[in-house]
Amino acid sequence: MAGDKGLKKYFWVLFFILPSLLGKLIFTVFPMLTSLGLTMFEWDLLTTPEFVGFENFKYLFTNPTFWQSLLHTLYFIVGYVPIVIVLGFGVALLLNQKIKGRSFSRAAFFTPVISSWVAVSLLWMWIFSPKYGILNYLLGLFSITGPNWLYDTQWAMPAIIITSIWKDIGYIMIMYIAGLQNIPDEYYEAAALDGAGRWQKLIHITFPMLSPTTFFALMISLINSFQVFDQVWIMTQGGPANSTTTLVQQIVMNATRYGRYGYAAAISWILFLIIFGFTVLQNHLQKRWVFYE
Amino acid sequence: MIRKKANLRITRKTILYIMLIISSSTMIMPFVWMISTSLKTTQYTLSIPIQLLPDKVTLEGYKRLFEISSFGRMFSNSFLVAIITTIGQLLISSMAAYAFARIKFRGSDLLFLLYLATMMIPSQVTVTPLFILMRYFGWLDTYQGLIVPGLFRAFGVFLMRQSFLSLPRELEEAAYIDGANRLVIFIRVVLPLSKPVLITQGLMAFMDSWNSYLWPLFVTSKAEMFTLPLGLANLQGQYLTEWNVVMAGTVLSIIPMLCIYIVAQKYLIKGFVTSGLKG
Repeated sequence: MAGDKGLKKYFWVLFFILPSLLGKLIFTVFPMLTSLGLTMFEWDLLTTPEFVGFENFKYLFTNPTFWQSLLHTLYFIVGYVPIVIVLGFGVALLLNQKIKGRSFSRAAFFTPVISSWVAVSLLWMWIFSPKYGILNYLLGLFSITGPNWLYDTQWAMPAIIITSIWKDIGYIMIMYIAGLQNIPDEYYEAAALDGAGRWQKLIHITFPMLSPTTFFALMISLINSFQVFDQVWIMTQGGPANSTTTLVQQIVMNATRYGRYGYAAAISWILFLIIFGFTVLQNHLQKRWVFYE
Repeated sequence: MIRKKANLRITRKTILYIMLIISSSTMIMPFVWMISTSLKTTQYTLSIPIQLLPDKVTLEGYKRLFEISSFGRMFSNSFLVAIITTIGQLLISSMAAYAFARIKFRGSDLLFLLYLATMMIPSQVTVTPLFILMRYFGWLDTYQGLIVPGLFRAFGVFLMRQSFLSLPRELEEAAYIDGANRLVIFIRVVLPLSKPVLITQGLMAFMDSWNSYLWPLFVTSKAEMFTLPLGLANLQGQYLTEWNVVMAGTVLSIIPMLCIYIVAQKYLIKGFVTSGLKG
């Protein structure tokens, strides 16, 4: 609008932006800067903070538990991201067809997405229960002796990965269904006229047309899995024997259990740098494989 | 040739349905197990051989849930926090979004860019200092501690600005010529025209708050301030073997979101497609 000028305009700018801006400054920017400062201190909130310079980072890089948590986070990502994306895509293709029971199935896939991590984690803890859980019972029907899952250092992380895939598959599905519905029918019709079969259409139309969706899904599941926490904290607390400890689990553990706020802040900034690095890298690589109309 | 094609179509359909049944049952099975466990007696959940469905349905688990935990209190805590967070977030974000979309002022582009930049910061970076800040404010174990830090989401500002930009300016101009000020225009013209984005954003905010775990874990330690996810996780820790009780709580915690999904499916799905990032 042309009318507002000078003071009056700035009055309105302040009026509309101030609540949000103040909140952002107090509850995001200030904690962020504090966090950066905190990395230089050792502080348990009870005694006076002690300035330690880069000691927290030095300690971090020589601490085997930190490397373990990084390694397990990567293990989680490698196990979770490719499978959830491929399965989510497959289910989207399936549920984008005109078949009976479609909306019921979509709801079945979507219910875990709208449930809390706490609910889903508790449910799967019970499913994974070695003796009374349904999974080992079902495996038993095929004469397979199921492992101790969450109590077994080998199987705890796979169990967490399975849980996470089950929860998020519907989310990836929803994104791909939206992507599929955006592909104009004419493309398929033209390809059919040229004699393209089902597979050719999938490879030459569907895949490239969905590449922006794949990029988005990949980015989001990567960023979310670097931050994997809720399910770990509830299902194993990082155990047994640190076999499922992750970066964010270490942050929370060090802050709330060990009272090492500076060290926790240091890990969180390493996490930020890793996520930031991956985002930049992905954005760079996307030019090679993402197709925008 | 035609017959062969028809056969092929039937086989294709059959395979599709088989895949549909297998994949859907994998998704549904855990829920069946959850509900059936919640309807068993504790003793029955710990008996072998396991039965998928109980012979005798009982509400004992639900009754005991209300006895041993302050489930009602946790439920209303969650509800109160989620509702206020939703309303507050919508109000604060839409106001800021309006200024970014409709008022030209010096530095607005830069400020908006900084807003977007804050989205890059993972919530784990700010969570510890934020906890210390809450402690300093004396906001630990309070509703304001649970609610206020969650009111300022840059992503909401971003989405609503997009939506406001796509509104026709003519209506606002007309109201302005009629002597309405910015606030009146915002409330009478802009917000009513933006119902879809407000509903979508509101539902996402409600869900995020309803399901959130990390922040309540930091900011509350007294049982009477626990939100539902925190209370449920605690319940499991305390009553390790009473899975019928834990599953009863889980069932009840999912129901509100399920109702929202049934009523407002379209908006909720739109919310998921357009957003995505946690926190």
